[in-house]
Amino acid sequence: MSFEPKIVAFCCNWCSYAAADLAGTARMQYPHNVRIIRVMCSGMVHPEFVMDALSQGADGVMVLG
Amino acid sequence: MTLSEVVKVDGVAGNFSVTVKESPRYVDMEKCIACGACSEKCPKKVDSEYDAGTGKRKAIYVKYAQAVPLKYQIDAASCIRLQKPGACGFCEKVCDAGAINFDDKEKVHLINVGAVVLAPGFEVFDPKPAGVWGYGVHKNVITSLQLERYLSASGPTEGHLIRPSDGKAVNKVAFLQCVGSRDENLCGNGYCSSVCCMYAIKEAVIAKDHVPGLHTSIFYMDMRTHGKEFDQYLERAKEDAGVRFVRCRIAGVETDGESGDLRLRYVNENGRQIEEFYDMVVLSVGLQTPKHVLELAHTLDIKLTADNFAATSDFAPVQTSREGIYTCGAIAGPKDIPQSVVEGSAAAAAVADLLAPVRHELTSVATFPEEKDISQEEPRIGVFICHCGSNIAGVVDVKAVEEYAATLPDVVYVERNLFSCSQDTQEMIVKRIREQDLNRIVIAACTPRTHEPLFRETLKAAGLNEYLVEMANIRNHNSWVHSKDPQAATAKAKDLVRMAAAKVTFGDSLKPISVPITQKGLVIGGGVAGMTSALNLAKQGFEVHLVEKTDTLGGNALNLKHTWAGEHVPTQVAKLIDKVIWNDRIIIHKECVVTAVDGFVGNFRSTVTGKDGIAKVIEHGAGVVAIGGDAYIPSEYNYNSITRVVTAVQFDKLFELKEKHVKQAKRFVFIQCVGSRESDHMYCSKVCCTHSVQSAIALKKENPERNVYILYRDMRTYAQREALFKQARKLGVIFINYELHGKPKVTEVGNDIQVEVWDHVLHRPLQIAADMVILATAIRPKEDAADLGKLYKVPVDANGFFQEAHAKLRPVDFSTDGMFVAGLAHYPKPVEESVAQALAASARAATLLSKTQVSLDAVKATVDETYCDGCALCVDVCPYNAISLIEKGPAGADGKRAIQVNKAQCKGCGLCQGTCPKRGVYVSGFTMKQISAQIQAALAV
Repeated sequence: MSFEPKIVAFCCNWCSYAAADLAGTARMQYPHNVRIIRVMCSGMVHPEFVMDALSQGADGVMVLG
Repeated sequence: MTLSEVVKVDGVAGNFSVTVKESPRYVDMEKCIACGACSEKCPKKVDSEYDAGTGKRKAIYVKYAQAVPLKYQIDAASCIRLQKPGACGFCEKVCDAGAINFDDKEKVHLINVGAVVLAPGFEVFDPKPAGVWGYGVHKNVITSLQLERYLSASGPTEGHLIRPSDGKAVNKVAFLQCVGSRDENLCGNGYCSSVCCMYAIKEAVIAKDHVPGLHTSIFYMDMRTHGKEFDQYLERAKEDAGVRFVRCRIAGVETDGESGDLRLRYVNENGRQIEEFYDMVVLSVGLQTPKHVLELAHTLDIKLTADNFAATSDFAPVQTSREGIYTCGAIAGPKDIPQSVVEGSAAAAAVADLLAPVRHELTSVATFPEEKDISQEEPRIGVFICHCGSNIAGVVDVKAVEEYAATLPDVVYVERNLFSCSQDTQEMIVKRIREQDLNRIVIAACTPRTHEPLFRETLKAAGLNEYLVEMANIRNHNSWVHSKDPQAATAKAKDLVRMAAAKVTFGDSLKPISVPITQKGLVIGGGVAGMTSALNLAKQGFEVHLVEKTDTLGGNALNLKHTWAGEHVPTQVAKLIDKVIWNDRIIIHKECVVTAVDGFVGNFRSTVTGKDGIAKVIEHGAGVVAIGGDAYIPSEYNYNSITRVVTAVQFDKLFELKEKHVKQAKRFVFIQCVGSRESDHMYCSKVCCTHSVQSAIALKKENPERNVYILYRDMRTYAQREALFKQARKLGVIFINYELHGKPKVTEVGNDIQVEVWDHVLHRPLQIAADMVILATAIRPKEDAADLGKLYKVPVDANGFFQEAHAKLRPVDFSTDGMFVAGLAHYPKPVEESVAQALAASARAATLLSKTQVSLDAVKATVDETYCDGCALCVDVCPYNAISLIEKGPAGADGKRAIQVNKAQCKGCGLCQGTCPKRGVYVSGFTMKQISAQIQAALAV
């Protein structure tokens, strides 16, 4: 089986999370291995969260805001 | 009420009876969940109005993706079933929600209201009937609205700019301005539509972004970019984006053979015949009042202007000729979004003035059962999984998700619903919470951005704290975007439910936050804007403190004689001053300035200091900054050495006094843009073109023998002011265009003033001998604006004018809650725009002052005093100045320091949480623990 990376994405409630919602409304298809965590602002994302995610097995972390 | 129109308005202000006709939608709004299954199945395609005919829609449709309410409707004229009973009906078969109702009927509603606001908008001029520049004949001639759709990612070409005739990539685009505006031959619309210059520039810049190397040319008469920051945008379009601007009217647009190329002919500024080829020609179509709105105006018996817009006074810009009926937006003249939004709030202020005595008479308060204390309970999580018809269940194996959810820690109850958001399911969830003694809820459905408020209410109804719910977005982020891979979507749905359950496990009952409000207003500045704002707040029933720096009310309006529409300013200002002085609720502080400010929204304390040094502290809940602007005192054009070179304000006085030099003078030269639109002052002062044209008309009317010249860069007699420009030309006023690189030269030669300017028609310098030169000088911000801004923590822009929170969406708000801006302090503007903005500011302020307390979302930064050591890193990053450092323990002792959060100022963004190295501060509802649990759950499998 080919390598399937696990991605954790921190999305700002006001922009990127809304964009992900809209991608759904528009039925855009994208890879399923992203897990979105909603935050109230990308500035809320503590560096520790990124470390946590990577140390627990995430292959990539996105902070979108 | 959608699909509805007003048929009749009976009665008088304060007691209208309005007849509204509601056309059938054929879709039950309560049931429709906007899944789109109906539209997908619908076999009937028609031109999409939203795409301006560039794309197709179905007979059952939503107008556009972001439509509110997001509910489908059937266009009866196109629907196969509605045209032929028994036929088609596919939408009804595929609608899981059972929302289709072919038997829907027209309804008539009778509504009793106190006031009516007209906001019917405009339509764009249709160039087809007149075949303007080959529109409707040549496929590659399109309107600006169609271009907008071609450039949109959701448009018919997904943002790719291609030629409609053959799909070829576009390399050269020409924009032709003033189509359906400033043109009485083709369309009869003599006025300027006000917005087309700016939108054409924007479209040209965006088109260049889409197509690298795209050539764009804008053919125009006058570049009317008079709005705030518009001239800077124009310069950037020219210099950075490389948009080409050509001042001329086109002589013709023809197709060049069969290729679809378009040949443009015009005479350039040097008088040469030019021929150029373009792939696409965009017509910048103007705004006009639609026929149905004219009929509405007739029905309502309100007066219209010669240009078919609602007639209003400059001192009551949202009041129609019929009392109790107000306007906002383009019904009262062509205007852009910021001004329309301002007028929306202004109309609300005018209505509030009329209806203030009956405020809150029809409001009712929702009641909820007493909240259960769950702090000592073990988590008992209930998971509700929504099918969303087939939207989720059609892709995700919801039964597998249900079984999986039941295995998660602390989950004690799982259930599936056809529609979790429906009314009956809501009641069922309340029942389950009680029956199963649930204390945490996970809703696996759609997006919390639209549905979290609904489920919070459900929890409240069940006696649970509203923050104990978490949504797993298994529709928008899952079934809709992974519809081709049901297995992966099911696995992801399980993950999302696990993450939500992990987060909600650490959820707490959050206490609602409310802040008391001082129900008083403060208005800074006693000019027209300040007085209008103060008077409106007072009439709404609030005590208002009006602070004026000088010893007189009136401000800059004291220098004005007439508005553009000809209303006598001194009479109107005198009336306004009288009303302000005699209003018991307005406390006037003359010769006073604000020297110190403390507090925040709802609870400001402003120190006002008089000339005598005596300071008073005023407590207020909201404030309006209306400190006005200053007239620029020029140093150019030998203003300081030649006495007959005067400013426009000086000229007005001399003219009014019938001063003998003016009386006898035969030759007048007006020079525009003195101190505006150049170097460090790259903004248009907005009022000067109209002012000079009015003065020129007055001079000509007094003595037609006079020679009157206006030297201008772009004649910005925007909107219905265009009629003045036309009148001036008719009276023989000579308009000569000059460019920034060839500014006029003014010298004194004997008894004459010699004005030299490059003549673009004759192509040589023109010498004008004048008796008097009038400089149309700029409006500058007040010098102390930035200092006042610092006191209230509100910013000024690069030019020194106050910066609103958002140019379009919040044009009178500051980013600091509770403070608002109006008048020249914000940007140069004529009287009626100042008045509208002042009314808007008081409407916005009244939304606060009409409450005794303001309730805030409980998602706020909270200090954990065990860990906070007062390092204050968060104080610097907080964008809302909500965090301060305080001493703990008794004063003088070696006190521990810690931070304190002002919940009224905090927006819950969590920059503090992201910055704190010691876990000393967290955001309730998004704590470190909750997010960590979510991360762990995300990666657990």
